[in-house]
Amino acid sequence: MSIFHPMWLSIQLAAFTTVILILVGTPIAWWLSQTKTRWKPAVQAVVAMPIVLPPTVLGFYLLILLGPDGAIGSWWVQLTGSALTFSFAGLVIASCVYSLPFAVQPIQNAFESLPSQYLERAWTLGASRLDAFFSIVVPLSVRGFISGIVLSFAHTLGEFGVVLMVGGNIPGETRVVSIAIYDHVESLNYAAAHRMSLLLIGFAFIVLMAMFMLNRRWGAR
Amino acid sequence: MIRLRHKLNRGSFALDVDVEVPDTGITGVFGESGSGKTTLLRCIAGLEQLDGLPVHKRNVGYVFQDPALFPHLTVRGNIEYGARRATTHRVDSAPVVEMLGIGGLLDRKPNSLSGGEAQRVAIAAALLRSPDIVLMDEPLASLDRRRKDELLPYFDRLHDELAVPVIYVSHDIDEICRLCDHLILLEDGRVAADGDLFDVVSRVDVPMLSGQNAGVVLWATPVDHEEGLTRFDFGDGDIWAPGEFEVGRHPMRLRVAASDVSIVRERPSQTTIQNVIRATIEAVHPVDSATALVRLEAGNQNLLSQVTNRSIRRLGLAVGDRVFAQVKSVTVRH
Repeated sequence: MSIFHPMWLSIQLAAFTTVILILVGTPIAWWLSQTKTRWKPAVQAVVAMPIVLPPTVLGFYLLILLGPDGAIGSWWVQLTGSALTFSFAGLVIASCVYSLPFAVQPIQNAFESLPSQYLERAWTLGASRLDAFFSIVVPLSVRGFISGIVLSFAHTLGEFGVVLMVGGNIPGETRVVSIAIYDHVESLNYAAAHRMSLLLIGFAFIVLMAMFMLNRRWGAR
Repeated sequence: MIRLRHKLNRGSFALDVDVEVPDTGITGVFGESGSGKTTLLRCIAGLEQLDGLPVHKRNVGYVFQDPALFPHLTVRGNIEYGARRATTHRVDSAPVVEMLGIGGLLDRKPNSLSGGEAQRVAIAAALLRSPDIVLMDEPLASLDRRRKDELLPYFDRLHDELAVPVIYVSHDIDEICRLCDHLILLEDGRVAADGDLFDVVSRVDVPMLSGQNAGVVLWATPVDHEEGLTRFDFGDGDIWAPGEFEVGRHPMRLRVAASDVSIVRERPSQTTIQNVIRATIEAVHPVDSATALVRLEAGNQNLLSQVTNRSIRRLGLAVGDRVFAQVKSVTVRH
């Protein structure tokens, strides 16, 4: 089997996850950056939890939640007729949970470093909340968005434990590159493991370097 | 007239203002820091009670102390930001750009501007929104003396050319005396006094306007020059002020601090003080145990003099007395 197939699946998973995380993570990051509620630390802790928890813990509860008898899983079965666990869709949901802090935190940091004067000026110049968000906040937070995109993409690409727990090892459906490497090592096929690992190392290097170069360019404005 | 009516309770601070201001010209809001000047402006703009009418629907132009131009836009982008979102277009860009002298800056980015240039751009942006009222929150306070002097003439032009009413907050009474027509004095969130600038500053019973802040604004017409001074026609005499101003033009504003005016019974024959004006005592008001403010009437205008209670007693000064005011120094404002 081609070494590119698991790689392609990983990239698809990372791309879906990143798009969803930017859409979901941006409002969360905005809320966290603006709120004055005393619950903010609690919400922040929940968002940051995937950073410290072992992937097996997350994977375990996601397996239960997404399983045919779980709260989300049973609803999904009713909706589509198929189970979420051991499917690509299930992997996307699990990855979103797992990589959430990597999208939210850099974007939130960018939002928090914006002087509040910009927003107030934009409002007094006739911009509604939403208008000011897209015309002022987003362009001035580009670096945070780039970091959020690259980190959630790279982090999803590198995930292993959660995928193994929730997705298993189904070729073409859930057999992403990290699983495939584990598989090759288990069956002592070191040559194949090397090829995939080196591919992943090269890819990770290029992506991260691109991010830092972009950051430098935007930072130099 | 525009009625400003705002109440706000913030624990240790309460704002309670109900006052009318003219719908033309510049209204100054003067007060110490913490008196609620900025809070009043923020209330008018809707920045304090965020549950009321949204800020962007209030049609106010707001000039903040810190220009805070949008760094990702050019100067042109910055001044067009409000214009593009304006619901009514009453203000054209070309005259505003010309008036504020920012024509040469349009393609620059905000981070390459000086503080004074950035503030001029911020003012242009606020004006091009075609606001019903312009709110200025100490627009000169973040600038050093030189930049301030550079910017003040642009404010003079605003004063002469602007059709919309302006509310101008400052803790610098000289700045207000130069630019404003109407004055609100704010103290602990309440209006201590308000009215025509010329009337309010000549009151003796307002504690905020005593000491360093005491002084009047006069109208006088320049009549001729001599040795680097300009002679202004005032009352039944003259006032000399440093500088050469265009003769016979419209009357100009002169600022005379109360500490620069002394009172003598007889016209002095030999003195270095050039301006000796015949005046009548209108009011005497003790400020503290040592000093008092005396209001004098001369040529249908008022002068304030800060004197000691001891001098009042020794000279036997009383309301109605005919005296001479010696004016040591005058600054020409406009």
